[in-house]
Amino acid sequence: MRYVVWLLVVALIILHQDLWYWDDRTLVWGFMPITLLWQGGISVGAGFVWFLATIFAWPTDLIEEAQQEAEGGE
Amino acid sequence: MIPLLVICVYLLLLLGLGIFASTMFRGSSQDYMLASHSIGPFLLLMSLFGTTMTAFALVGSTGEAYAEGVGVYGLLASSSGIIHSLCFFVLGIKLWSLGKKYGYTTQIQFFRDRLQSDKIGVLLFPILVGLVIPYLLIGVMASGTVVSAVSEGAFSSMFAEYDYGVPNWLGSLVISIVVLIYVFFGGMRGTAWANAFQTIVFMILGVITFWVISDNLGGVQAASEAVAKRNPSKLMRAVAESDEQKYEKAFATWQSLAEFNYANKKADGELLTPEQKAKAIADYKGPPIGNWKARAEANLAVANNLINISIAEKNDAFIEQDDRVMPTEKPTWWDKEVMTGHELNEFHRNENAVLQAYEDPIYSKNLGHPNDLINPDKPELGNKWTRKRTAGVYRATKWSPEEPRAMSMLVFVTYMFIPLSVGMFPHLFQHWLTAKSAQSFKLPVVAHPLFIAVVWIPCVLVGVWATSAVVPGTERALIPPHFNPNAVLPFMVANMSGPFLSGLLTAGVLAAIMSSLDSQFLCIGTMFTEDIVVHYGGKKRFTDKQVLITARCFIIAIVAVTYILSLYEPRRVFTLGVWTFSGFSSLFPLVFAALYWKRLTKPGAYACVITAIGLWCLFFYMSDMALNPHFTVFGMMPVATMVPAAAIAMVVVSLMTKPPSEEHLERFFPKKNSQTTS
Repeated sequence: MRYVVWLLVVALIILHQDLWYWDDRTLVWGFMPITLLWQGGISVGAGFVWFLATIFAWPTDLIEEAQQEAEGGE
Repeated sequence: MIPLLVICVYLLLLLGLGIFASTMFRGSSQDYMLASHSIGPFLLLMSLFGTTMTAFALVGSTGEAYAEGVGVYGLLASSSGIIHSLCFFVLGIKLWSLGKKYGYTTQIQFFRDRLQSDKIGVLLFPILVGLVIPYLLIGVMASGTVVSAVSEGAFSSMFAEYDYGVPNWLGSLVISIVVLIYVFFGGMRGTAWANAFQTIVFMILGVITFWVISDNLGGVQAASEAVAKRNPSKLMRAVAESDEQKYEKAFATWQSLAEFNYANKKADGELLTPEQKAKAIADYKGPPIGNWKARAEANLAVANNLINISIAEKNDAFIEQDDRVMPTEKPTWWDKEVMTGHELNEFHRNENAVLQAYEDPIYSKNLGHPNDLINPDKPELGNKWTRKRTAGVYRATKWSPEEPRAMSMLVFVTYMFIPLSVGMFPHLFQHWLTAKSAQSFKLPVVAHPLFIAVVWIPCVLVGVWATSAVVPGTERALIPPHFNPNAVLPFMVANMSGPFLSGLLTAGVLAAIMSSLDSQFLCIGTMFTEDIVVHYGGKKRFTDKQVLITARCFIIAIVAVTYILSLYEPRRVFTLGVWTFSGFSSLFPLVFAALYWKRLTKPGAYACVITAIGLWCLFFYMSDMALNPHFTVFGMMPVATMVPAAAIAMVVVSLMTKPPSEEHLERFFPKKNSQTTS
């Protein structure tokens, strides 16, 4: 799952380059420019992917070790 | 005066909060610089978000969207949502854990230890401080500008040259002192509390402003449809054909005005007979604003084919009319081809030329106190003009129309390198170290992109709507051409809300500015104390109290130096902002490799820093010291060359030099964790 999370981050970076909406001025719901809606969706998607990262890619061992060493002194 | 009072109340509240935070101060230098590693998830989120969102978050995003269209969100905001959290996750947690283990307070301490090099600190200290200072200047100067703009007409006779409002220098001074007070007394804890409070303030006020403005524009749908009708290019990143045609027509009209002025000057003002002049004025249909008589006469001169000047003279005329700097060596095409609007824009404009507007009665006849009527007998003429409005009329009626510009795909794609700067911001490094536990990072990592969306999307929409808003009951644009993009948001608020909301929003903008300034001030003070004074003076030489006093004194010195610098060259510092970020981004390979690449060597790190800063200096020089805002390298953002070049130099030199000892590396890459954390 850790690799899936990092693949999703790469996917976000690729999807962020929405060259396909470069000259599209469609207004979604009558007011929202389509490229702005897409990029807003990227932000929401980023929040979700980083949420997954905190569950599946959290460096628990590193953190525990830091905690132990700090408590035990240098 | 009401907006000014609202701002004063806000600043007093902030000072109260800073003093409250200082009551929790534990008296040690560790507590002052890192809040004794006690910052929990909510405060960490707010302080990280507040620190990374500067004046650009509210004023800048609106202004950039006004100038460039909705593409600005993808350019700066959504990419930051991905990359900032990536840096918090990949760098922040690991640096926090190392800081916890080895007691680092600053970036330089980490690099000195990791690279076993004392001199890396000597190299990095001036570079980091040198890059932070322009960043500080942006905040200090922007705060003065904002306070000055919102207080126009607050005084009856004082500060006439500042439109009877608070002078920029005074606004900057007050804001600097307020930030200094709560940083001085509250240290990192006071800064974190103030950041949390200010972040909430600017987020809530941003959303309120959005609703008030959209309501005044007839609702969100009507506001966006007006843009689709009048400026469709602003809804995408390409240029709409209709906008291109509109520009060509407006540019041709402007060319005839420039040619007429040139030919008329050559004929000592007698190109037209008195009868022709009278007829021209009688026939004129446009608004009688600025130098409209010249425009009327130009129309008649063109219609009667009275302008006879050579191609070279035409090009001279365009440069003069547009207040551009005449080239000392004219290009070979100068006397063969009439320049296009795009070619004209390649020449630098002398922005100081606008000062003429205050002396020239054509533009300054209505100049005065903005609360006074131009003519008490004719109140329909409205109030007297501010200096800003007079300058605006000068620009709008004299300069060439603004050329619609498509966003470059390569620039858009390579802008992704800019948010990497958070990986090397010294003030963010210090904020990371304040975390109580690694768990504290979870909320900032997840919520940061969402917070960016909450702040930026309304601001971008308001900026785009501003391009097509009209004066009620007319088809006349609400905002004149060549309007300062940074003034778009205050202008929209001032025109579409009462003075109370205007004051509140200004407080929100100041909140965004101050929440970045405080961390930067504190960080520079900490760096100087830890990396220079204590490092070279010796840890045992100073008591904890002396360290604390040194940090505080250096913070005062830095605030003073920044303030003094802010009094000079106010225009170019905003452009320096992007250069600042680019400089920090170009050092990103160093911090990444230091954490994840065992093979990084001391010479490799030097190669990385020297290449990054060498290229930064070279490109900065090539961009005419940031005078050219559209400067690119191979059609890309300069940072897109700097980051890979610095990385390549680092890798090549590291591989060619002796690797660090296994014993040393064990401290940073413990074997038991190497498989799961890298």
